[in-house]
Amino acid sequence: MLDYLEEILSTLKQNKLRAIMTGFSVAWGIFMLIILLGSGKGLQNGMEFNLRNIAQNAIQIWPGRTSLEHEGLTKGRRVQFTNEDVELLQREVSGIEDLTGRLYLWSEVPITYKSEYSNYTVTCITPAFYRIRRQNLIKGRFINENDQRESRKVLVLSQSIVDNLFKDEDPIGQYVKLGGIHFKVIGVSASPTDKDAKDALIPLSTGQRVFNGSHNVSNLAMTTAYQTVEANKQVENSVREFLAKRHRFLSEDQEALYVWNTMDSVKQSQGAFNGLRIFIWVVGIMTIVAGIVGVSNIMIILVKERTKELGIRKALGASPWSVVQLVLSESLFITALAGFVGMLLGMGVLHGATLILSKVYEGNPMIRNVFYNPSADFGVALSAAIVLVVAGLLAGFIPARKAASIKPIEALHDE
Amino acid sequence: MSKSIIRVEALHKSYVNGKNSLHVLKGLDMNIQEGELVSIMGSSGSGKSTLLNVLGILDNYDAGSYHLDGIHITRMNETKAARYRNQYIGFVFQSFNLISFKNAVENVALPLYYQGVSRKKRNDLALEYLGRMGLRDWAHHLPSELSGGQKQRLAIARALISKPKMILADEPTGALDSQTSREVMDLLKEVNQTGIAMIIVTHENEIAAQTRRIIRLRDGIIESDEENAAFQHESSAAFLS
Ligand SMILES: Nc1ncnc2c1ncn2[C@@H]1O[C@H](COP(=O)(O)OP(=O)(O)OP(=O)(O)O)[C@@H](O)[C@H]1O
Ligand SMILES: [Mg+2]
Repeated sequence: MLDYLEEILSTLKQNKLRAIMTGFSVAWGIFMLIILLGSGKGLQNGMEFNLRNIAQNAIQIWPGRTSLEHEGLTKGRRVQFTNEDVELLQREVSGIEDLTGRLYLWSEVPITYKSEYSNYTVTCITPAFYRIRRQNLIKGRFINENDQRESRKVLVLSQSIVDNLFKDEDPIGQYVKLGGIHFKVIGVSASPTDKDAKDALIPLSTGQRVFNGSHNVSNLAMTTAYQTVEANKQVENSVREFLAKRHRFLSEDQEALYVWNTMDSVKQSQGAFNGLRIFIWVVGIMTIVAGIVGVSNIMIILVKERTKELGIRKALGASPWSVVQLVLSESLFITALAGFVGMLLGMGVLHGATLILSKVYEGNPMIRNVFYNPSADFGVALSAAIVLVVAGLLAGFIPARKAASIKPIEALHDE
Repeated sequence: MSKSIIRVEALHKSYVNGKNSLHVLKGLDMNIQEGELVSIMGSSGSGKSTLLNVLGILDNYDAGSYHLDGIHITRMNETKAARYRNQYIGFVFQSFNLISFKNAVENVALPLYYQGVSRKKRNDLALEYLGRMGLRDWAHHLPSELSGGQKQRLAIARALISKPKMILADEPTGALDSQTSREVMDLLKEVNQTGIAMIIVTHENEIAAQTRRIIRLRDGIIESDEENAAFQHESSAAFLS
């Protein structure tokens, strides 16, 4: 084996410069492939990072104004959801797993603790909310069924609000004034995507009773019992039809409801990313093909120059197969080595990019939602390695056949 | 009773080049015994090299038959031909045909590489054969650093290392001056005395005169095939053993 390697190396050493030059084109191809794949992955990771705060099969519905006349009613009517909608949907429409109404209190509410105060958006929710929008619990607990049933005056605050109001004090069990009414802080949470998010959550029943006095909710959020786009679409349509009937608008009316079906948009962008990945592979493979042609050309020239040597080998007992092996191994060696170098460089650049980006995120966290952790994983490296081996063999194929067909008498012909 | 190493009957060979066909060997018969020392002479273009190529299984023939050590050599695939060449035949050429980027040891050891002999063993053997050719000190030099006579001795060592039954030499002294020619000839005769048949193609009467048997080719047929009356049995065995 070692012997064999030395046999290959001794001839390559003869043509060092040329071997390096051709190797470079292959290295470049693999380098580009790795960089492109890594960047594609980065874009995808960014999108997925963006979705870390919501269940993949969530559907959220905001009410709008009707844009079509229906049953003699004029267009332009406002649609308003109430608790009844929540209860009926839960009971009548199949395929809904968790469901919550959300009520936003007036846009900015002052929250006061001792002498500190600031204005924040307060959202009223039921416990099902936590299974639809993801929150990290940092301290204490989330709002539970008892809080909702008994309309307790309790409050869960984002870490960044706590930082503002409490400084170094432990907020759990403390009372803050919210629009003039005392609420007890029971938990501290954080958004998985945005550590600066400022959410103040209270039970829906409390919000309705204390601040609003009615049964209105601002919007609906739910998860379905399914994981496919089709099934989620199905549930979305059932919900839409049910609400259309109840609120007397046409289910085709696109402005009466605004629906965000997470699964649908996730799958759509995944489709786009798959397209991007195919494109990247095509570009990468074409670059590598150019490399293969280069290696192949060089090998053909090498074989031609080595006609005499190969003829001597044959006269001394080298079988055609051993000559084929010699040429194939040489081309495999060039491509594999060069490709490996290209791969390492590509991985290195991606790694460097990740390090730099992690610095950038500190200044501007939103970039994470676009481009996050670009990397070529093991699977990519493996595919690239397979591409390399195939490339090496392909590149050596024609020159190897040329080498095998050399006739010793012609090669040894004295000139 | 010695055994025949080469038996050729009614051998014909033509070179076909498109529509043109050149009939080069026109029915040769010859029989060479194991361990013989034979020279083949003839004017340029008479077909000496062609004959040697056929005998060396480097080329096919068209009609007749060729037996090598009792084996009928017919059209065979290249792998088999390569194996027979490796086992039975050593080649020595006018232009040496050494591999320029391999040093002396590597050149000599190459036939053993294709026999699958381990690296250590073949390098040891190669050094031994280089020693016999008086080239021990040149073992790690490239062919380009050697003189013509040294190159040919190197080629002879390479021809010998696989312990062939015969050596085919096509004008082995053609590129050498008379002094070196004589040295190389002495070496070839010594090799012959170890029992290896030696077939030497040559233009020079001086060379032919040192062989036991001379075959003369003319226009693709054997003009004469006779014992060399002037053959002197030189005693140089002491050098070899
Ligand atoms: N590969 C070939 N294709 C076509 N014709 C060839 C080929 N090799 C040799 N010939 C022709 O065959 C004839 C015999 O050639 P060969 O080489 O056997 O002669 P030779 O006796 O060795 O001559 P020399 O003493 O000059 O070496 C010549 O006319 C030559 O031109
Ligand atoms: Mg000739």
